[in-house]
Amino acid sequence: MSGDDGRTDGGTVDPTDDDLAIQTDVSASVQSRDQRVASTETVVRAENVNVFYNDAQALNDISLEIPENRVTAMIGPSGCGKSTFLRCINRMNDLIAAARVEGNLFLRNKNVYDDDVDPVALRRRVGMVFQTPNPFPKSIYENVAYGLEIQGVDGDYDEIVEESLRRAALWDEVKDQLHESGLDLSGGQQQRLCIARAIAPDPEVILMDEPASALDPVATSKIEDLIADLAEEYTVIIVTHNMQQAARISDKTAVFLTGGELVEFGDTDEVFKNPSSDRVEDYITGKFG
Amino acid sequence: MGTDDISAELTRNTKNAPPELLTRVFFFICAALSVVTTASIVVLLVSEAAKFFSVTAPLVGFAGETVSMVDFLTGTTWQVGSGEYGVLALVSATILITVGAGVISIPLGVATAIYLSEYASTRARSILKPALEVLAGIPTVVYGFFALIYITPAIQTLLPDTGTFNLAAASTVVGIMIIPMVASISEDAMSAVPDELKQAGYGMGATKFDVSTGIVVPAALSGIFSSFILALSRAIGETMAVTVAAGSQANFLPPWDPTSYLEGALPMTAAMIQLLLSDITGGGLAYRSLFAIGLTLFVLTLTMNIISDVITQRYREEY
Repeated sequence: MSGDDGRTDGGTVDPTDDDLAIQTDVSASVQSRDQRVASTETVVRAENVNVFYNDAQALNDISLEIPENRVTAMIGPSGCGKSTFLRCINRMNDLIAAARVEGNLFLRNKNVYDDDVDPVALRRRVGMVFQTPNPFPKSIYENVAYGLEIQGVDGDYDEIVEESLRRAALWDEVKDQLHESGLDLSGGQQQRLCIARAIAPDPEVILMDEPASALDPVATSKIEDLIADLAEEYTVIIVTHNMQQAARISDKTAVFLTGGELVEFGDTDEVFKNPSSDRVEDYITGKFG
Repeated sequence: MGTDDISAELTRNTKNAPPELLTRVFFFICAALSVVTTASIVVLLVSEAAKFFSVTAPLVGFAGETVSMVDFLTGTTWQVGSGEYGVLALVSATILITVGAGVISIPLGVATAIYLSEYASTRARSILKPALEVLAGIPTVVYGFFALIYITPAIQTLLPDTGTFNLAAASTVVGIMIIPMVASISEDAMSAVPDELKQAGYGMGATKFDVSTGIVVPAALSGIFSSFILALSRAIGETMAVTVAAGSQANFLPPWDPTSYLEGALPMTAAMIQLLLSDITGGGLAYRSLFAIGLTLFVLTLTMNIISDVITQRYREEY
């Protein structure tokens, strides 16, 4: 893979860090999907992460490890900091002037809050899907190819666009209208388009911030099926306030409660069957939140 | 409460109660005032201009001296003294100034808008925005003598052939004058681009440059285009600055020839000022030519506004 060449001068000594490319190398190309092996290696590791918006603390001393090729769900009531945590991983919080992040957050073995990390390069390795479907006012094709274009990826765009749309379970519905506006699609199709756009540059991790909350039940179930498929090749981290959704689709669940505390983190089955604390039990059985 | 009570209550007519009626009528009159004013000006313009052309004069029952409409629209000599009324001499100067002003104001205005909407810190904005408003508030006659006293000598040091009155200086100041208009309308359009779109861009690893040029500008394109048209309409109608800086000699200059900018000419607005200040007799041919130029100018700006509306409709992004 050409992308692995010429990136060893990225500033870190560890050769395995090549996969990361979170240094300022913006020409990193798509890594071969076949090279990825299902494993339980940790992809994202948070160590004592605190986040403040001005003086208000949004996340309180979060430490957790997110495994590769699994779906990890973040659940909790509104304002518990689950979306804030998600946005720490790709440093989208940098765009909010009032936000301040403390602690360490590693993608593979590189702390993304190190001074030498370029947030733009980081976001090229971490895809993101937002709450409201937000395709660009461009054609379907251009939407999917957007990441490849800005990253200057070499390769057959037609092929990558088709493959990404197939992975997002949208190809059959849009293959005859690739050059029509992405905004002409239905809400559920738009969200799958956004997923195709996020996976086209072949990121390490896909972050999803309540990706189905603006969709109807049918579209939601399509997205849920899709997330399960994506986990075969990607590490998916999803924020949701739908507990049934978390139970259905995730392998690991992190429960955040008001005050930005992580009160429970473990295998989804365990968390839902035997929550270790009363507070979590009250939350997941619907006594509040 | 009984049935009769509720029926009386529900059928109370608040819509035509006196305070409602009065305020409605008052606001209607205020709104109608601008329509009436515009309509009267157009009627006056058209009826007086009709007396100028030989084709239309009989229609309004006018028997005096007239000019052929074809000669007016295709003639390139404007000599009121010798009865030559070729409006192209004036239109060419107006076009040259408008194009020149566009060349200056469009890139600078759009760049300013991008900076303000995407790059500027709160502090930079708080300085730049008021500065732009001041630029928009400078009296246009001040721009005129600024052109004459500073810009023309500057151009003459580079190109010694430039006349004292020249279109280059006039276009430059008109261009500077309309930068705030391009910048503020474009910036409004860019600020209206939903934050989710920018977030999507940044989330993909786009740089600020990628987001501004690849997402924000295309999404705001219809607004940016209409800022161009509105600003150029303003340039067409601009009077004082060009009257001072462009000269008083009606002079047909080919708009496709860049050297035209080094010469002076008489744009339509300046020609009207000149006619008004000269001792034209009320009702005479020269007097009526004033309305003919006025109507031409009006048709030109109206066309621009219609084009602007069409563009805004066609390229509006629905998000």
